[in-house]
Amino acid sequence: MAATLKIEVVTPEARAFSSDVDMVTLTGVEGDMGILPGHMPLMTQLVAGEIVMRRGSETIYYAVGDGFVQVTAQKVAILTDMAVAAENIDETKAQEALDRAQARLAQKLSEEETAAVEASIAHATAQLKVKRISRK
Amino acid sequence: MPSTRDIRRRIKSVKNTAQITKAMQMVAAAKMRKAQLAAVVGRPYAELMNEVLAQASVGTAAFEHPLMAVRPVKKRAIILVSSDRGLCGGLNSNLFREVVKFDKNTTLYITAGRKAAQFVARTKRPLAAEFTYKDTPPFAEGRAISKFAQELFLSGEVDAVDILFSKFVSTLVQQPKVIPFLPVGKIAPVTAGINAPATQAPASAAGSDTFEFEPDEQTVLGELLPHSLNFQMHQILLEAKASEQSARMVAMKNATDNAKQIIKDLTLEYNKLRQANITKELLEITTAQMAVG
Repeated sequence: MAATLKIEVVTPEARAFSSDVDMVTLTGVEGDMGILPGHMPLMTQLVAGEIVMRRGSETIYYAVGDGFVQVTAQKVAILTDMAVAAENIDETKAQEALDRAQARLAQKLSEEETAAVEASIAHATAQLKVKRISRK
Repeated sequence: MPSTRDIRRRIKSVKNTAQITKAMQMVAAAKMRKAQLAAVVGRPYAELMNEVLAQASVGTAAFEHPLMAVRPVKKRAIILVSSDRGLCGGLNSNLFREVVKFDKNTTLYITAGRKAAQFVARTKRPLAAEFTYKDTPPFAEGRAISKFAQELFLSGEVDAVDILFSKFVSTLVQQPKVIPFLPVGKIAPVTAGINAPATQAPASAAGSDTFEFEPDEQTVLGELLPHSLNFQMHQILLEAKASEQSARMVAMKNATDNAKQIIKDLTLEYNKLRQANITKELLEITTAQMAVG
């Protein structure tokens, strides 16, 4: 039996992605990691960035926000506040959001607002990055 | 004695009202379905989060977090979740009746929804912050409220935070309900969906697999705890929305039914009056004829 990993990406608003894949690459707090079937049980925090999934010859890209990852031998579960598939990313919109957020960061902001703006910068950057990689 | 023309005019006006309330009822029904659906799609997320929480807390028996600190309650904050608009029956007034039970001098209010903010301002209660939320509230709105409450708590400004909202019992019944938000007594599983049973993490997942944590349990759990509170707030907003829409739907249905009853009564009165007029005219004609002949 060809071992596969079941991957689930869920956000509070929807189940974004669910499928069997051969390999997952994601960014944790302590750096990028590639996860293959049979990985040891692991729990870690996810950093806004991209996740790359290989299914046969096909490669799937997703842009994700902050969150948590739970890895078991057969399953990878990703909890995040944003998940967008590469083909659904609107580059101009993401760029606009990034510019807007950076402009706001230049102004004086309360701590709370800064955190929100930084989060939207992370989201936008992740989306742009994923779009660029997936086009290659 | 109103003339037939007066009655006709009234019938027309009541008919217009009925049309409007009927339309509002339809809109509320559609929005209610949407709100209920939105509450359910969060379920896989809640299940997963509970699993992670359960696993993380297995490894850390003596976990302490500033959000779990129990202090004597000198001042508390209430997150009051109401609707933005009226015309939803007794929903908001039932909610505000609960508010009155809290001591005015030791309670701070955080409001979500315009009606709550208006009420707090009108009754001259201390308002800490005012939030709004949309028909289908995105996660970010719940997070903003929850973050604000957590900061109030962590800064020591308040010693407890409760949430007061309209619980969705059924389409016909919504109950004002107070639930404790902070401090986090013990880490309880979060539920998603309306009247969903508490989703327990399967025992096997919590016990048999020992998980490696990166960087370590404390950090992951420390991050997860505020996150689960944010999610809880988000779910409450969704539930309050569903309550509001179903209350509005029922209120508008009653209004439509009442309008229809009035139309029926007025039509009867109108016909009676018309008949009386005809009889009177006939009488006049015959009397006139008899007088001439």
